[in-house]
Amino acid sequence: MKPARKQRLILIGLMVLGAGLATAFALKSFNDNLMYFFPPTDVVEGKAPKGTLFRLGGMVIKGSVERPDKGMMVRFKLTDFNKEVTVEYTGILPDLFREGQGIVAHGKLNPQGVFIAEEVLAKHDENYMPPEVKASLKKPEGTVSGQTQ
Amino acid sequence: MFLVPDPVVRFFHRMASPPHFYALTERLMPWLVVIFLLLAASGLYGGLYLAPPDYQQGDSYRIIYIHVPSAWMSLFIYVVMAIAGGIGLVWRIKLAEIVMISSASVGASFTFIALVTGSLWGKPMWGAWWVWDARLTSELILLFLYLGVIGLYGAMDDKRSASKAVAILALVGVVNIPIIHYSVEWWNTLHQGPTVTKMDKPSIHVTMLVPLLLMALAFKIYYLIALILRARIELLQRERNAQWVKTKAVEEGGL
Repeated sequence: MKPARKQRLILIGLMVLGAGLATAFALKSFNDNLMYFFPPTDVVEGKAPKGTLFRLGGMVIKGSVERPDKGMMVRFKLTDFNKEVTVEYTGILPDLFREGQGIVAHGKLNPQGVFIAEEVLAKHDENYMPPEVKASLKKPEGTVSGQTQ
Repeated sequence: MFLVPDPVVRFFHRMASPPHFYALTERLMPWLVVIFLLLAASGLYGGLYLAPPDYQQGDSYRIIYIHVPSAWMSLFIYVVMAIAGGIGLVWRIKLAEIVMISSASVGASFTFIALVTGSLWGKPMWGAWWVWDARLTSELILLFLYLGVIGLYGAMDDKRSASKAVAILALVGVVNIPIIHYSVEWWNTLHQGPTVTKMDKPSIHVTMLVPLLLMALAFKIYYLIALILRARIELLQRERNAQWVKTKAVEEGGL
């Protein structure tokens, strides 16, 4: 290879490497800000912000969904398979909201440690299969999202 | 040259010659169109008709047959564009510069399609058109990078120096590609994790996977077709004073 070309190749390599390193450090320092939601463990351990809005993500525990006063208010428990947080929400739930499904709720904690949600988004998992296959699976819990364990 | 066998070098030298590229792509084009139509037809038939509905999403999941191949192509084309830019910078090959700039608008279109289809699916499924999670935000940055490449190239009159500037922008932007791909693993996101492109076996039933892969192949061929069409025009514009273009124009009766 001609020396001039070799030099240009090395220069480009160094440039990409430098840009990569700079980005890696920047992302590392903003790591917490890039998290879209807090898992229930962080909330129970007090790492989540208090008094302000934040997002809470986790799996809806089977059998925990209830409508206490038969109205629009729905109460359910979220888990990351470690700790649990109770969530209350008044409004219309997305299509994919169901027990055993991952969701992300936006809201804040009240003094009793109950999460009052203003918005609930369903977090779809990465599994796709026909209904027959789903029905034939032995473990119905096989749909747990990989993100929230 | 070091380490590269002579026939390979000769092949690349011939490919990099504008008249040869122009003649070769002319012969290649009908075949590519036929392959694309076959792949797209079978992929769409398999995806929209043969594949069963999803156990949770019903028929709404079928948007993946457009959304996922588009998103894959948006990353793939960016890498091709950056590598072509790098080759153009180091070896000063005109054809590499042309491949780079001709890829940009195709890649931008695929990125746009991925964002729009994702948004259309997000409203009924997630409950939101758009969220600022790491995956969606980094994909939006990718669209801006493509638009930056197109804008920068258009803003400079001397196309050879424009190519150098654009190549550097494209190469620096490459750092965004692993961020997009791994965003769903590095951070908590609303967007789901990878289904097909992961180490263990894909979490998608085979009857749904096959049409998806067919569509992905069809999109690859479509990119090749669009790239060649754009590259040929760019080539003629840049080489308009070269003898082979003048001869060609006279032959085809254009002048």
